[in-house]
Amino acid sequence: MNSMPANYLWFIPLLPFAGFLINGTLGRRFPRSLVSAVALLFTAVPACLVAWLWSTMLGTGAPDVLHAATRPWISITGFNVDLALAVDHLTLIMLAVVTGVGFLIHLYSVGYMAHEEGYWRFFAYLNLFMFFMLVLVLAENFLLLFVGWEGVGLASYLLIGFYFQKRSAADAGRKAFVVNRIGDFGFLLAMFLLIVHFGSLSFSQVFGAVAAHPEWHGAGFLTAIALLLVLGAAGKSAQIPLYVWLPDAMEGPTPVSALIHAATMVTAGIYMVARAHVIFDQSPAALTVVACIGAATAIFAASIGMVQHDIKRVLAYSTVSQLGYMFLACGVAAYSAAIFHLMTHAFFKALLFLAAGSVIHALSGEQDMRRMGGLRSRTPMTFLTMSAGVFAIAGIPPLAGFVSKDVILYQTFASPNPIGKLLWLIALITAGITSFYMFRLWYKTFFGELRLGSERDPGNAHVHEDEHDRAQAVHPHGVHESPWIMLGPLAILAVLSVVGGWIGWPAAFGGSDHFEHFLDPVFASTAALHGASALNADQVSHGLEWGLAAISVLVALGGWYAADVLYRQRPGKSTQLAMRMRPLYEVLEKKYWVDEIYQSFIVLPLMMMTRGVLELIFERGVVNGSGRASAMLTRGGAWFVRRQISGNIRSYAGWLALGAAAVLAVMVFGHSLLVHL
Amino acid sequence: MVPIAYYLLLAAVLFSIGIGAFLIKRNVITIFISIELMLNAVNLTFVAFAHQWHQVSGQIFVFFVMVVAAAEAAVGLAIIIAIFRTRQTLNVDEIDLMNS
Repeated sequence: MNSMPANYLWFIPLLPFAGFLINGTLGRRFPRSLVSAVALLFTAVPACLVAWLWSTMLGTGAPDVLHAATRPWISITGFNVDLALAVDHLTLIMLAVVTGVGFLIHLYSVGYMAHEEGYWRFFAYLNLFMFFMLVLVLAENFLLLFVGWEGVGLASYLLIGFYFQKRSAADAGRKAFVVNRIGDFGFLLAMFLLIVHFGSLSFSQVFGAVAAHPEWHGAGFLTAIALLLVLGAAGKSAQIPLYVWLPDAMEGPTPVSALIHAATMVTAGIYMVARAHVIFDQSPAALTVVACIGAATAIFAASIGMVQHDIKRVLAYSTVSQLGYMFLACGVAAYSAAIFHLMTHAFFKALLFLAAGSVIHALSGEQDMRRMGGLRSRTPMTFLTMSAGVFAIAGIPPLAGFVSKDVILYQTFASPNPIGKLLWLIALITAGITSFYMFRLWYKTFFGELRLGSERDPGNAHVHEDEHDRAQAVHPHGVHESPWIMLGPLAILAVLSVVGGWIGWPAAFGGSDHFEHFLDPVFASTAALHGASALNADQVSHGLEWGLAAISVLVALGGWYAADVLYRQRPGKSTQLAMRMRPLYEVLEKKYWVDEIYQSFIVLPLMMMTRGVLELIFERGVVNGSGRASAMLTRGGAWFVRRQISGNIRSYAGWLALGAAAVLAVMVFGHSLLVHL
Repeated sequence: MVPIAYYLLLAAVLFSIGIGAFLIKRNVITIFISIELMLNAVNLTFVAFAHQWHQVSGQIFVFFVMVVAAAEAAVGLAIIIAIFRTRQTLNVDEIDLMNS
């Protein structure tokens, strides 16, 4: 095939945007089949373009980086920003994930959303999301990346609040937006610092400048920039302390959770850190912070995920936890491992969400796992595909999750970071917890008896019924397998979850580390900096890697066994255990009260400040007050002037005399007064 | 020779008295007289300056002012008589038809 002209890059983001415009303006009048045809077409074509791009970039003699023609965007003295797109191997991976998984989820949505109100709106938003996400990964400078960054936030907000008539959904959308704004604030400050220190936001210029000054290693301003970028990434990728929006984001339709809140948007933070790895490499302090945030988030979210009852919430906390893994990998400068896990996670987490959606669909909107069960025989395809996802995320070899997680664990263990071993231990424990809660979900959903008919636990106020399938409730409780258009994407993603990890099969296990070498051109500078030791270590310590892998597999199997005992062999045991460890259980069940703590320590004071100070003093006092005061002044002046028109001839004469006297005074004394002034 | 300042001072005093009377008095005729007083205060300054600078134009102005004042007195007295005939009063505060 011919190589793709670089300017075709522009079509990759712009086509979904066209789809958004068409569906957003005319979709209301279109029949549903036309809406979905438009949405699918405008995501399928970019996917094909990306495939073409892959063949181009993998061709012999292809450049490491492909630049599209640029156009000046902002141009002022001493500072330019271009509308510039560029593709390197990192972007290629992201493009493949975004367009590939994105297209599959579009396909799935056609079936899932079939009976929904606002069908056209949903697909318009979904295409809008694709547009911004592609801008994000294709951008060649921080500002354009930020445009995509904000845009996906907007699309996420719109889609979380898709059922905007439901209060909790609207609130969740707002929460996601506001929390993300906090992170964006850090990103903005980082960009300002970049402008101050480099006079440019272009990746090539900034990273070139950093690479050209090895003496900046550990410099304060680089650390500041890196930490501010981390704040932005923590917001977008749902890391401590800004992870709180992601579990609530499950209010959106399930395909949205799969696409935006598992596979693509939330990985933007990891992508950004990997993209800016040149800066992070020069700032060991920032890297350590990243690693600690990642490890803490991983175990923290995983522990919460253990006791959630809402199937989507379990997956949401699992996503936060897995994103923590990716952060951890970035933090130990194993960027390719992070991107590898990002990719496999996109496969199996999208699969898990879609399968969960299929379960919810089958049960006509039920999301509480306590009311599920026994679906193995009733929805066999969903069961099979979801099993692939569960085994993958739990880290059972040789599935995708095992490979990528193992690479992260190994890189963490082998990293020169002084707390590397501790981080490894945390990650290992997290792996065990992950395995436990995923198999818990698996057993509760697919094994045992269907508990749909049983009474709902009255104490559980947190059942989030997806608005989904109010329409489906028409056929009440007919547990049904989903249509093929939903099962097709599930099957493809299941295959990817199984084999997706094999391209990065570690050398230690007879593989070739193909994935890592694929990203070598991007992360060459990192390899030069740290890697010299780490890569060599690869060659000598295959034994170590085998040992670590064996431990992690054992831990994963341990988690499986625990879940098996508690939820299959002795179903009542888990409740007993929960009763026995009441305080601990409660802490987990209530999610460490983080939301409540934020509510009382941040939101409430902020609201009081807003209501008390800003509204009362500033809004009512200064803003309204100045308006009122000027009105009163005018009215008073008018009243005074009106009183002078009295018809009293002598008062007129008096004013006349006074005016004449004033003129005289100015004429006589004015000059000397002016001189004094 | 009397310094010009004295004339000017006298004129200013006369003028001020005229203004004061104009503002304070209610009787139309008194007001009328106070206007004459102001006019003559101005005349006095004209004459004083004419004398000071040996310029005749000041004196000519004074004649003009006198003529105009005479005409004004004729018209003004006629108006006053007309007012008195229609309203039976010369108090300006009561002559307020134009007051909205």
